[in-house]
Amino acid sequence: MPGGYAGKFLDVDLSKEKVKDTVIDDETLEAYFGGRGLGAKILWDRIGKKWSKIDAFDPMNILMALTGPMTGIYPGGRICVTGKSPVSNGTVGSTASTEFAPELKMAGYDGVLVSGKASSPVYILVTDDGGEIRDASHIWGKVGEETIKILNKEVVDSLTEKKPNVGRWREPGTIYIGPAGENMVRNAAVMTKICHAAGYGGYGAVMGSKNLKAIAAKGRGSLPEVFAPEAVKLLWKKVHERSISRDAFRRQGTGYAGWSVGATTSSEPVRNWQEEWHDERSFGGPMFETRFWVKKYWADFNCTVSCMKVSCIKSGKWKGDITNMPDYELQAYCGTNFGIFDPADNIHLSALLDNLGHSGINGANTMAFAAELYQRGILTDEDFGFKLGWGDAKAFDKLAWLIAKREKIGDILAEGTYRAAKKIGEMRGVDCMPYAVHVKGIEIGAHGTRSDEDYTHDISYAASVQGGDHTSTASDGFKEMTGAVFSDSGVYCNFCSAPTELIFDYAKAITGYHMSIDSWRRWNGPRIVTLQRALLLLGGPDQVWEPIKDDDNPPRFYEPLPSGPYKGRTTDKALVESKRATYYETLGWDERGIPTKETLDRLDLGDVEPSMKKLRK
Amino acid sequence: MPFPGVEVPHLCAQCDDYPCVESCPVDALSVDEKTTAVIVDRDACTSCGECIEACPGNVPTLHPGDNKANICDLCGGDPECVKVCHEAKYDALRLVHESMSTNRKLFARDPIDVAKDLAVKLFGEKGEEVI
Repeated sequence: MPGGYAGKFLDVDLSKEKVKDTVIDDETLEAYFGGRGLGAKILWDRIGKKWSKIDAFDPMNILMALTGPMTGIYPGGRICVTGKSPVSNGTVGSTASTEFAPELKMAGYDGVLVSGKASSPVYILVTDDGGEIRDASHIWGKVGEETIKILNKEVVDSLTEKKPNVGRWREPGTIYIGPAGENMVRNAAVMTKICHAAGYGGYGAVMGSKNLKAIAAKGRGSLPEVFAPEAVKLLWKKVHERSISRDAFRRQGTGYAGWSVGATTSSEPVRNWQEEWHDERSFGGPMFETRFWVKKYWADFNCTVSCMKVSCIKSGKWKGDITNMPDYELQAYCGTNFGIFDPADNIHLSALLDNLGHSGINGANTMAFAAELYQRGILTDEDFGFKLGWGDAKAFDKLAWLIAKREKIGDILAEGTYRAAKKIGEMRGVDCMPYAVHVKGIEIGAHGTRSDEDYTHDISYAASVQGGDHTSTASDGFKEMTGAVFSDSGVYCNFCSAPTELIFDYAKAITGYHMSIDSWRRWNGPRIVTLQRALLLLGGPDQVWEPIKDDDNPPRFYEPLPSGPYKGRTTDKALVESKRATYYETLGWDERGIPTKETLDRLDLGDVEPSMKKLRK
Repeated sequence: MPFPGVEVPHLCAQCDDYPCVESCPVDALSVDEKTTAVIVDRDACTSCGECIEACPGNVPTLHPGDNKANICDLCGGDPECVKVCHEAKYDALRLVHESMSTNRKLFARDPIDVAKDLAVKLFGEKGEEVI
């Protein structure tokens, strides 16, 4: 048994109301590590043969909440939520920082695999005594804050009743969905801790399709044993020393970027990406920090970076809203991209989207898309029932509810930007695709490529197996394998990263595997990405992506920037094409990005070959 | 963390009258003369849970490993948690040298009660309803 793993997974069939423990063999664990990689492998083994026939909302789809061997032991533990994605029809390793992950491991489980569909709303409770399916009809329909309050009390009470004399039971770790997930808003997030989200991939909607409101975990055990405890202690100290010396990042998190990314690098979405530059100093970090941050350092289990800050609005029309920071992504997506430059409005909308269980990036992208259609007269007052002007926080507030409840035009917008663009285009006889900012159904994170001054470039999204996901972008098909592909599989936070050598020493000390940076860049990483690519290309049933044609940036990313210091710059199409070709070649995919037989054999993915053979024709 | 953002450290306050030590039917608990911390004799402890009942702050637990009473022993007078908190430049935890007094017991409170106060401090009126 390698170190770092609790040793078993909880296998839940909601249709049959059966719960059992499953063990995954050591070879598979070593090859795929955990989280995103292991998730893709489990999906391929269990439903891969029928992949293109199984809808993401079919009970056969498997929703997984997985940890990795690094989770909880390396600073900044996260949970990786994965399954067949209803937006990309492939798979996305969507991660969120939460105590749910270490609690799960302390309860003795590396992950929860949920298939089937419950006949009425349920939640799953995982403790040292195993898993249990419980009734959730009383929390169905509740927003995030309410859900947490009720679940915390209920779980603590029942644990106290079960084992009264072991001392005070503390709250469980929980992942849950809001009304948006329940109503299967396609890009809804899996939420945790009121404002943390596994947002990419639309797994909130998958939970909703299974009538699964939440998964809670409470463990009383210790974290799993590691291979070399003394080495782990030493390495923890090294990473910790690095983390705590990053004073500026610890103080500001990404909460100072709402002004700076727009003003200095011109890569922040403004009014549905019509612009990427603004110089609104009212939206600067100090505004947020001095007026709204009530807790200046907030962290998850074993994280010494503490880049989160709790903000609260204490007076005015949005009094009582609580969220974190918001971080840069939500300052951009629930702020500048709505044409909003007022911190209070921004905090309110971030808190609202989180509470409703929308993804603050993906759901907000769809909302801004709707606002642009309104601007252009394609959608009108009648569709919404109100005016949807840029910068009008009250209107965007109403729109968030409309989509979460699937009322009026919200029913179509709830299908996510890409599918909504298709439907509205058919309805109104206008091509709406130029305004849809997504790659393969996944709305793009708040880092543009046109100015080329940010960390995202030409093929960052276009070639990525996770589409518009800004946390895992494509670069060279080699070095990136020890970046997000590794951190999403070991399942720890990117913001706690250290030099790659140090991270790999850490991983070796935890697991005892014979692994190296080189082996991950040549074998393990490409194996995960190639399998994800195969599943993405198979897609279906409602949408199958066309290789090459759909491996591209949205039209808006080829329009010249209309303002700012980089006015006129745009993404270079020729460069995208040549770099994309190199990317495919590096990973051993053919000129259309379909993995070749040789590559599949080399990566021990021989059983994927028959389905890829059909695609190559 | 009864509500996100509201975390409270929950540690032994070393009450002047040590209700936990008083309550132990088998004398497994004693007080370290130097540090004033409560020391658990793990061989003598019978896991009866009396000390948990007696504690005004709900501090002791039964350790999941050996099922024996678990109370902070201040690491022999030089607590590791205080060191790491200082290293990280928070200084949220500090070692306080204070002579015996009834004041100490004021810090022995249930974590939920402490969290309720903290929530109001952080969130204002809204804090009254979150926990």
